[in-house]
Amino acid sequence: MALQNLGEGRSRPSFSRYFGVSRSAMASPATFMALMAPGVAIVAAFFLIPLVLVAMEVANGPDGWATYLVILTNARYFESLVQTLLMSAGVTVVALILCGIVGMFLVRNRFAGRSVLIGLLTLPLSFPGTVVGFMVIMLAGRQGAVGGISNALIGEKIVFAYDIAGLFIGYLYFSIPRVILAVMASAEKLDPQLEEAARSLGAPRWRVVRDVILPGLMPGLISSGAICFATAMGAFGTAFTLATDIDVLPMVIYTEFTRNANIAVAAALSIALGVITWLCLSAVRFLVGEKADVTTRGGA
Amino acid sequence: MRRGWPFYAQLGLTVLLCLFIVVPIVMSALAGVTVNVFKGLSSGLTLRWIFEVWDLYAQSILLSLWLAVACLVVTTLAGVPLAYVLVRRPNRLTRMFEEILTLPVAIPGLALALALLITYGGFGSFRSSWVFILIGHVLFTMPFMVRSVAAVMSAMDMKTLEEGAASLGAGFWHRFLHVIMPNAMPGILAGALMVVTLSIGEFNLTWMLHTPLTKTLPVGLADSYASMRLEIGSAYTLIFFVLIMPLLIAMQMLANPGKKRRAALQPAEDE
Repeated sequence: MALQNLGEGRSRPSFSRYFGVSRSAMASPATFMALMAPGVAIVAAFFLIPLVLVAMEVANGPDGWATYLVILTNARYFESLVQTLLMSAGVTVVALILCGIVGMFLVRNRFAGRSVLIGLLTLPLSFPGTVVGFMVIMLAGRQGAVGGISNALIGEKIVFAYDIAGLFIGYLYFSIPRVILAVMASAEKLDPQLEEAARSLGAPRWRVVRDVILPGLMPGLISSGAICFATAMGAFGTAFTLATDIDVLPMVIYTEFTRNANIAVAAALSIALGVITWLCLSAVRFLVGEKADVTTRGGA
Repeated sequence: MRRGWPFYAQLGLTVLLCLFIVVPIVMSALAGVTVNVFKGLSSGLTLRWIFEVWDLYAQSILLSLWLAVACLVVTTLAGVPLAYVLVRRPNRLTRMFEEILTLPVAIPGLALALALLITYGGFGSFRSSWVFILIGHVLFTMPFMVRSVAAVMSAMDMKTLEEGAASLGAGFWHRFLHVIMPNAMPGILAGALMVVTLSIGEFNLTWMLHTPLTKTLPVGLADSYASMRLEIGSAYTLIFFVLIMPLLIAMQMLANPGKKRRAALQPAEDE
């Protein structure tokens, strides 16, 4: 990017200078302002101002500005925070391992039906959280696939859609498409010749994976892991549909706001949640040098 | 080529993961056209549940389609010029704005909805109109349009194109509409598909922003899961799948000639 811009700098005579079209080929500052105006207006009115107001709303709480600390001082909120963090981290690790293996496999091998498999794996990319919750019910609910199979095999219906395992499965369900796409994108950048070289030098398979493939995939794994984690932290629809007794943070915020009308606390918890996800996505830039592209994350 | 056990082990895992994704989709689609889920497929197939869903939820399905179109119009009108500025004038200010613009995707939808409710919840008629939901959808989908268009714009040689057009006497708006827009069309198309798909499926924000009179498709889905029989929830899910599958397939087809597009995305990402 920087190199391209050199040509547009004021000090250097460029193609356009010689041909005398510079002034007319670059829109005037006023035009640029006009182009940005609608977008800036929308973001300012409906995002920045509400953000400031919600941050101030917290002060109207029972403890004033100290309400911000409620997530740490109140045992119930803190427990919910820990649960949500553990859940999201667990899902991220499992999704990275599964999708790392499968994504690498899909990039490195050509076989009949490969593109169908890719298509199917990325299908739920834009399923809303509620639908993902319903998919878990289909899989592990009272009329679910797992229950049906276990009933036929051992005469007992296994149902786990409504406890922590069900929630975990749901989070995994919406994480897989995102992580697989990201892993495949960075696997395609890897040079297969490096692996060949390592193998021809006598490295066993596990050393090739550990010393060649993993380091190459790492930036992609870190940034897709961050997106996966952030999405899981904020996921609401899945927990809402499964109505589990595990209080993930978004569910707590929802309950505080709607049932208890505890607006200040809901606002404080939302801000805490927003800060956590934002920090986690920003941390990627320090780790791998480029930011996590959230626009690859889709819905949920 | 001889393939050893690692190939088949990995293939097995891939197929298992695929089944994990697909089995519930197929089951729910089947449940939506089964006479009685508790008795299984042997009870026969029927379209009764689909019609019942239409009777119950036609309003919310139509509202979702309307919102998706409105959202597409707003994100295109505001987003394409934004993408142009971000690509053509990459400086600290525009980069900071891009950062702020993508924040609504980074932070949880629930938090965004709460902020909107606290700020504008008091304006009764605004609060209860569909425009209130539209605003949430626009904030959430705009970054997808902007990123997608900016990726294509930074891959094309916009400077030369513009200078060529300008030397032939085209003013800025003429260039923008007749040179830049057509060249950025692949990006606009990809962004549009994303915006429409996301808007139709958006739940986290919409659940907080909706009123009994402004229920969208996913809100209705949650409602049917909670309070209707399994067949109706399934039939409704089937309708949702039928609506978004063509969009998803079109998206995959656009992205698949892949290598070229992915290369095109590079310059946008190494800022």
